[in-house]
Amino acid sequence: MLNAVVEHLRTIWPDVTWREQHQTIYADVDPQYLRAMAKYFRAQQWRIGTIVARENERGLDVRYFFYATSHPGWLELRVEVDSNERKLPSLTNVAIAADWFEREIEDLFSVRFSDHPRLGDFVLHNDRWPEDLGLMRPQVQSAADVPEQVRAWRPKRVLEEEGAFVMTVGPVYSGDAESALFLLETVGEDVVRAVPRLFFKYRAIEKIAEGRTIHDVLLLAERCNGTSAIGNGLAYCQAVERAVDIPLPARAALLRVFFAELERVRHHMTSIREICASTALQVAESQALWIEEQLLRISGELTGHRYLFGVLAIGGLMTDYDRGTLDNAVAEVSALMAQVEPLRKALESASSFLDRIEQVGIVSGESARTFEIVGPFARASGVAADMRAVQPYGAYADVLFDVPTETEGDGYARLRVLFSEMVQSLRIMRGVVADLPSGSVTSDVRVGAGSALGWSEAPRGASVQWVECDAQGLVLRYRLTPPSFRNWHGFHVATEDFAFQDLPIVLATLDLSVAENDR
Amino acid sequence: MKNWFLRGLAAGIRTERLPDGNVSTALSPGLPKTTEHASEEQAKALAAVCPTDAIRAVGSIGEVDEDRCVLCMRCKGRDGQRWRRDVTWAHAANANSQDPLESSFRKSLHVRIIDAGDCGSCLNEVAQLNGPSYNLHRVGVFITPTPRQADVLLVVGPATRQMRDALVAAYEAMPEPKRVVAVGACAASGGVFGPSLMSAAGVGEIIPVDLVVPGCPPPPHAIIDALRLVCGQTKRAVHK
Repeated sequence: MLNAVVEHLRTIWPDVTWREQHQTIYADVDPQYLRAMAKYFRAQQWRIGTIVARENERGLDVRYFFYATSHPGWLELRVEVDSNERKLPSLTNVAIAADWFEREIEDLFSVRFSDHPRLGDFVLHNDRWPEDLGLMRPQVQSAADVPEQVRAWRPKRVLEEEGAFVMTVGPVYSGDAESALFLLETVGEDVVRAVPRLFFKYRAIEKIAEGRTIHDVLLLAERCNGTSAIGNGLAYCQAVERAVDIPLPARAALLRVFFAELERVRHHMTSIREICASTALQVAESQALWIEEQLLRISGELTGHRYLFGVLAIGGLMTDYDRGTLDNAVAEVSALMAQVEPLRKALESASSFLDRIEQVGIVSGESARTFEIVGPFARASGVAADMRAVQPYGAYADVLFDVPTETEGDGYARLRVLFSEMVQSLRIMRGVVADLPSGSVTSDVRVGAGSALGWSEAPRGASVQWVECDAQGLVLRYRLTPPSFRNWHGFHVATEDFAFQDLPIVLATLDLSVAENDR
Repeated sequence: MKNWFLRGLAAGIRTERLPDGNVSTALSPGLPKTTEHASEEQAKALAAVCPTDAIRAVGSIGEVDEDRCVLCMRCKGRDGQRWRRDVTWAHAANANSQDPLESSFRKSLHVRIIDAGDCGSCLNEVAQLNGPSYNLHRVGVFITPTPRQADVLLVVGPATRQMRDALVAAYEAMPEPKRVVAVGACAASGGVFGPSLMSAAGVGEIIPVDLVVPGCPPPPHAIIDALRLVCGQTKRAVHK
């Protein structure tokens, strides 16, 4: 399939050297071609996987990763950037999803993107840090290199109307909500426009990963978002395994699928619980909480950790699990699913509940495609984006499952997708345990220099990560693109003209993690 | 509505007794504890597998700094490392930590939760407290949305630099008497994130902390234990 693509590319851009290896098309290109290429691949329904900037003593380069949506295959376009001039053309006009990637690179690498509609005040807040700090550049080594400069900051106001004002919510708000600031532009009851201001929780994971061992960076990948440790950890492990060429035993590959799905079931139950809580439906919330707690206990009993930390290891898993324990876990999850089903039915026939989540936070399929939304959020808008099916990794090519989609793109559609996916995850878990080959779950981890991309379908959507490590097994550059980073970019689409009291409901149904976005 | 009411009743009482002693891994991952090993080499080997220096070899003893443990599980399968299985993990942050609140708070304690860079797992364990299994209300502890009504600030996360102003503002908005409970390895010591460019070595660097609950994340029962301690419902020596 990729051969045909490469042949065609050679006819359009004959002076570019196109290579194909490991289901990836590589090319070093001149920045002037970027826009035309991005436009071409967008038109062929390819999506942005991630954009990786990297600076070291040899210079500054940026890699653009795209992936096909109709067949397996990746594209890696690498451009070298003059490290004095630090300029690149913006892709935002041809691929809106590039917007936040470019803002992030501008903020952390001080690269200017020409014709970008809006730069500045993104990862590093302008009221605290000067522009051009270049936090990810090699000369920045310690906190002393990033001095704070506290100054006044005012939210941007777009709405010019009598009585219009910006209502700020956060960063500390509500009971146990994650820290984020919402700028709600309103002329009274209705919010016309909502803009999130994120990165209060910025822990600079990509920066602090540099110089740590490949094993210790796994701890960061797991804890980027503690509620999706396997989802993000898996993409990281796969990136390292491809970079250093570490074989993965068949048993480990299948067990990874098992734990990824166990995590998905638990994660989706948490999301359903949050949707019930946002509508103040207390009985349903309590019942969902009880089921969620049981799923945490199953995870804890099976692995020793309720959030599945320390299950994954580079080259396989930390420990093996015997058939009886796995069968037992599947039986327990099945028994719980028998309690999820009545909850789903009760919610779907509760008119007061449906009134609050139907027609709320609507994102059309077209918007979801334009903003390259991922995960259950996209699937509720009719976009069957699922890395497990589109770009199968690990053992996913060998397991049977469906990708449930809905078309309405509202809060209710997102709730139904969550319920349907739990059923599919249990189906995968059953299949994995039934067909589990015997053998080892660990492999000899050799260290070596290399770089590679890894990806997975985390519970919230595609997690795409890029790792470069040296011959000592130390990480030189770690790029983490979690699903929430992409989906927060579409947040404002779901929040055009809504009633103020619906904000918690929209937020709960969108299922966005601040920790994951902020990193 | 009638339907939901009956469904709630039909589910029966799901609240469980608070544990008195050891619990299984379903409820708590446990914590490694200071262990006397067979040899100096064994203690050194265990210290070497620990990515956050939570285990330090002193002779043949592997000393564990619980606040630094991020539950990576690497020492778990190793020979000789002993683990604690109880949930009374909370301890005083330092010698200046205040004593528990006075008796009037014993059956009515209001807690404001602050997310200062948490990964989501500590917050999710805190969210479990309101579930039927744990039922935080029964011990007279309530989560409040405003620091002005809070007696206790429960902080999770390593105190990222961009959250510091908000953290200090929330702390200063609280009326006296007040206490601060740092929950999780990040809040206790910085965890895997701090100290670094953007994270502190724990919340104690930013505001005075009274109680620390280690763990990555600490299980709900360990958090309940800390909240009962801080309002004087249970008593035990908390200074190390």
